[in-house]
Amino acid sequence: MLKMGLAKRIIPCLDVTGGRVVKGVNFVGLRDAGDPVEIARRYDAEGADELAFLDITASSEGRGLILKIIEDVAAQVFIPLTVGGGVRAIDDVRRLLNAGADKVSINTAAVQDPRLVLDACARFGSQCIVVAVDAKRVAAAAAPHWEVFTHGGRRASGLDALEWGRRMQAAGAGEILLTSMDRDGTRHGFDIELTRAFADALDIPIIASGGVGSVEHFAEGVLAGHADAVLAASVFHYGELSVGEVKAHMARRGIEVRQ
Amino acid sequence: MSTIAVIDYGMGNLRSVAKALEHVAPGAAVVVTSDAATIAGAQRVVFPGQGAMPDCMRELDARGLRAAVLAAASAKPFLGICIGLQMLFDFSEEGAVRGLGILRGEVKRFPAEAMVLADGTRLKVPHMGWNHVRQECAHPLWDGIDAGSRFYFVHSYFPLVEDAAIVAGSSYYPFRFTCAVARANIFAVQFHPEKSQAAGLALLRNFAGWDGRAPARSVTRAATA
Repeated sequence: MLKMGLAKRIIPCLDVTGGRVVKGVNFVGLRDAGDPVEIARRYDAEGADELAFLDITASSEGRGLILKIIEDVAAQVFIPLTVGGGVRAIDDVRRLLNAGADKVSINTAAVQDPRLVLDACARFGSQCIVVAVDAKRVAAAAAPHWEVFTHGGRRASGLDALEWGRRMQAAGAGEILLTSMDRDGTRHGFDIELTRAFADALDIPIIASGGVGSVEHFAEGVLAGHADAVLAASVFHYGELSVGEVKAHMARRGIEVRQ
Repeated sequence: MSTIAVIDYGMGNLRSVAKALEHVAPGAAVVVTSDAATIAGAQRVVFPGQGAMPDCMRELDARGLRAAVLAAASAKPFLGICIGLQMLFDFSEEGAVRGLGILRGEVKRFPAEAMVLADGTRLKVPHMGWNHVRQECAHPLWDGIDAGSRFYFVHSYFPLVEDAAIVAGSSYYPFRFTCAVARANIFAVQFHPEKSQAAGLALLRNFAGWDGRAPARSVTRAATA
């Protein structure tokens, strides 16, 4: 029987600074490695369902460089592009959309001013507003529980992550990009408990992020974590895995993918 | 030089649509425009749309473009995309707003009660991502595109058409719904061809070369199942 359903998305993420793609390990110790347009084209050819660009130093320096990158990529790669990092105001959202982004992800600024998400959704539509949640497990908690971190994972917000996710859904967010701070850069796999808590509690799609080291981790994110999409940077970026290999494995595990 | 006008009424990002058209039709002039005369003078017209349909209808009228859209839709190759498809119908549940009334039918939201599968899995709304599209009739815009090819969707509403004869494509989530309609010189899709890689570019290339004539239908199926 021909499967007729929505495919789970595989999303390579390009961490960008100074016009180049880098990938942090636990958000520090960056290694330089490549031209964004070349990398985007390679992922597109491999079968990436979407691309995410994270401007990791946008808050402090080199803002505006990302716009040129997005313009160049959007003229050559015809799959959805999500761009985040340093988005502070409605005008930042507008500029990124005009440059060719299909979705803009908002993180720190949403915590500082939740109205920004409400306003951006009202102005541009929920379909293009992603709220990025960097969540860190609270060690002492009796029941599993995570806190939202901002400023690239450097600052604790005091917000309960799941409660925050619900609020952002209510504000109109079209999607949640959920990163486990504990797992990011470790290659031990997604925080499945965190992913599943979000995926089961929210009605909007969840992109699982942080910790992928093997093809099976991608499958786990969907099968055990109930994620709608899975995102990774390093394993793709350093050529350890191709999108095609990941999709072939997921298909073998019975997951519907675009092939 | 033939001109493709992409109608700009202030709703959403039209750069992607324009870039994709330029990519597949290097011989055409692609203009993003909110000028009625430019739309009237173009050989082909693309009617995109993002966001909420009530806002789209309001902005279209605020720019005085309703008549230009109606004229184009009755006369020349016309491609509606996403909300640009939904606006062609009589009415939308989203904000209980009237559409342009070019096609008979209503735009409905994916009903919450239908989104839970037998095994308890709850499907998310918006329907976001790559889904199969079943081609429900032969059409020049489907030329060279494999049956069941996946296209990229992002939407929470879909058209419930009255006349099954206009259904050109359908998808499944978790029931069959119409995602492409065709009537004479009009073709409209719920998915985003400009974001659907090879299959989407093929559809746009077909549109750029389409004379606006639809073939006699060889296959028809019910709009929903």
